[in-house]
Amino acid sequence: VDLTLSSAEESFRDELRAWLDANNPGREPEGDEAGFEFRRRWQRTLNDAGWAGVAWPKEYGGRGATLVESAIFNEEVVRSRTPQMANVLGLAMGGPTVIAHGTEEQKQRYLPAILSAEEIWCQGFSEPESGSDLASLKTRAVRDGDDWVVTGQKVWTTLAHQAKWCMLVARTDPDAPKHKGLTYFLMDMEQEQVGVRPLVQITGEAEFNELFIEEARIPNGNVVGGVGNGWAVAITTLMHERATLAFGLQVAVQIALRELVEKARESGGRNGSAASDDPVIRQRLAQLQIESEVLRLNAYRGLSAIMRNGVPGPEGSLGKWHWSEVNQSLTELAMDIAGPHAMLNEDEWTYRFLRARANSIEGGTTEILKNIVAERVLGLPRMR
Amino acid sequence: VNFEFTDDQRAIKRTASEFLAARYKLEAVRALAEDERGFTDEQWREVADLGWPGVIVPEADGGLGLGAVELVVIQEELGYALAPSPLLSSVTAALLLVAAGTDEQRARWLPGLSDGSLRGTVAVWDQHAGWAPDHSEAEPADGVLSAVKIAVPDAPSADLLIVAGADGHHYLVEASAARITPEKSLDETRKLYRVELDAAPAEAMRSDPDAIAHAYATIVTALAAENVGVAQRAMEMAVAYAGDRKQFDRPIGSFQAISHRCAQMLLEVEGARSLTYWAGWALDHEPSTAPRAASMAKAYASDAGFRVCASSIQVHGGIGFTWEHDLHFFLKRAKANAHAFGDARWHRDRVADLAGV
Repeated sequence: VDLTLSSAEESFRDELRAWLDANNPGREPEGDEAGFEFRRRWQRTLNDAGWAGVAWPKEYGGRGATLVESAIFNEEVVRSRTPQMANVLGLAMGGPTVIAHGTEEQKQRYLPAILSAEEIWCQGFSEPESGSDLASLKTRAVRDGDDWVVTGQKVWTTLAHQAKWCMLVARTDPDAPKHKGLTYFLMDMEQEQVGVRPLVQITGEAEFNELFIEEARIPNGNVVGGVGNGWAVAITTLMHERATLAFGLQVAVQIALRELVEKARESGGRNGSAASDDPVIRQRLAQLQIESEVLRLNAYRGLSAIMRNGVPGPEGSLGKWHWSEVNQSLTELAMDIAGPHAMLNEDEWTYRFLRARANSIEGGTTEILKNIVAERVLGLPRMR
Repeated sequence: VNFEFTDDQRAIKRTASEFLAARYKLEAVRALAEDERGFTDEQWREVADLGWPGVIVPEADGGLGLGAVELVVIQEELGYALAPSPLLSSVTAALLLVAAGTDEQRARWLPGLSDGSLRGTVAVWDQHAGWAPDHSEAEPADGVLSAVKIAVPDAPSADLLIVAGADGHHYLVEASAARITPEKSLDETRKLYRVELDAAPAEAMRSDPDAIAHAYATIVTALAAENVGVAQRAMEMAVAYAGDRKQFDRPIGSFQAISHRCAQMLLEVEGARSLTYWAGWALDHEPSTAPRAASMAKAYASDAGFRVCASSIQVHGGIGFTWEHDLHFFLKRAKANAHAFGDARWHRDRVADLAGV
C-alpha cells in the first residue's frame, strides 16, 4: 500500500495545476447557447495545449497519459473549478470506442474533430421501452445499397441539438437473439430525418432530448466494430474510462461537502446556534466525510487492480452506485440544514437536490448495478 | 499510487490465512468459546512462534519492527477465522508501552511481550464509563491505584495490566496485584473480566499525548481490520447459502431481495477494507492523517461489521438464528468490536471535529 504520487506523477500534477490556474476562463455565462459556446472555446484552449484527450494515444492527438495521470487529470480539472469541456460524450465515450473498435480510416476521420470540439457527439442507446433492458431496443436499421435506413425513437439524448454525430445502437437482425442482432453506427445528426425534442426534467431545465428518427440514412462506412457486434461495442463504450471518471466524481463530492460544512456553520440550527452544532447534523456530516473518503479510496483501489490485473477489481463495480447514494444523502442533508429555506428555490442547493434524484437512474440504475455485482462479482445465480 | 500489498505483506497474509484455516476451524472456535480460558498454551506458542505478538514492536525492543499495515493484514485474517486468542490484548499493551513506556518499562516488558513469554492487556473502561474511550477517573496516590475496570480482555492470563487513569495518564500494574473476576461477554470468543484494584502498586508511564493518541489510533485500526475479516466471512457464508438454498424451486440467491442484500454487503465490506488499509498506511507513512483515517475506519467498520453479519443472518433465515449455526459468533464479535475503544458515533464525532465542523 502506497498512496503517495511518484515524482513523475507529482510533476505531471504540478504542471497541470499551474496551467489550469493560468488559463482558467472563470465562470460560465448565463444562457444555454452562450454557456455551450464558452465550454467549446475552453475545450479548444485545452486541446491546443494537449490536455483534451489526456488518456488518448499520442498518434491520435492525445497525451498518452498513464492511468494514474488520467486520474490526476480528472481530479484536478474538477478541483480547479474550470468549466466542463463541451464534447463530454465524444471525449469520454465516442473517441475511446472508435480507438478500440474503429478502422484506421474512422480514427483519422473522427478523432481530431472530437478533440477540437468542432464536431459534438451524442449518444443514442436508451429508448422509451428499453431502459434497463437495453438489449431489447427496437430502432431498426435496414440495408439499402451502400446505406442503412434507420427508423425508431431514442431518449435521454444529451447534447442532441448541438451534436454532429450520434453513437446509435440499432437492430440490424430482428431474427437473431436480442444481444446478437445489434449494430453500432455513427449517425449524422444534420439530416431532416432526425427530429430532436427537448425533454424537460424535474429541475425545470432540459438537459436531455428525445430523438425521432424517420428513415435516416447512414453510410455503411459508419458502422463501428462490425455488423451484429453492436452490443459488445456499446458495452465497451459504457465501461470506458469508468475507472478514471470516478476520480472526477469523488472530487466533486468533496468540494460540495466542503461547501455544505460552510453552509452548516452559517445556517441557524436550534436556539440560535449554528446547524453545525447540532449533534445529528454533525453525525451526518461526518458520515458523508467518511463515505466520500471511501469513494476516493475505492477509486484508487480500482486503479491499482487495473494496473496489476488489467481489469477492475470488485470495488470497480461499486463506484457509481455508491457515488449516487453519497451525492443524494449530501444534497438531502443540505435541504435539512436549510430548515424553512428548503421551501424556497433560492440557491443552487435546490437544483442539486433535485438533480441528484437522477444519479441512481442515469448510466445504469442502482438496481441493475446491484444485479451486476451479485451475478458477476459475488457469483450468485442469475435472476430469471 | 498503489493500493496493493507488497510481496512481503502478501506472504504474511498467506501464512496467516493458511495457519488460521488449519488451526482454527469453526468447530475449534466453538470449543474455545465454551472453554473458560478461551485459548491453550500450545495455541499461544504457535502464535508467538509466528512473531505476531511483536509484529509492530521495534526490533530494538525485541519485536519484528513491522508496521501498522502488517498488523492490519494479520488482524483481518484473525477476524475472518474468528480465532479466539489473547493476541490483540497483548499487542494493545505493547503498543501503549512503545508509545509511552519509560526506558526501564520498555526493557522490562517489551522483549517478553514480543516473544510471547509474557502477556499484557489494557484496562480502559471505568465501571460507570460513558462512550468516550479515553475517559477515566482513576487517579493514583502515593504510587498506588484504586479503580474498578470493566470489559478487560484476557486479564487472568495476563502478566501486565496497563490501566487508563485520569487526564490520559496510563499506569502499569502487575496483574497479580488485581482482583480479577470473569464477566459474561457478548462475544464468547473473547473473554472479558472485571478488574478491581484496591491500592494496587501502579507505575506511571510517560505522559506523551501524541504518542498515546497514535497508539490508540493503531488499536482502533486493528479492531476495524478484524471487523473487515469478520464481515468478509459472514458475507461469504451468505453468498454460499443463497446459492445452495432452494425455495419456490430456485436458489434464493436468484431473488433480488436476497441478491441485492448480498451486493449491499459487498459495498460495506469493501468500504471498510479501503478505509482500514488507508488508516494502516497513514499510521506508518502519514501520521498527520492517521487520527482522521483511523476514526473513519473504526466508525465505518463498526457499523459495517454488525450490519453485514445481521444481514447474513437474515439471508440464512431461521437456521441463522440457531446456536448451532456459527453466524452468531461473528455477529457478536463484530458488535463487541464496534463498542470497543469508541463506537461509531464517538468516532464520527471525532471526524467532525477534525474536519472543523
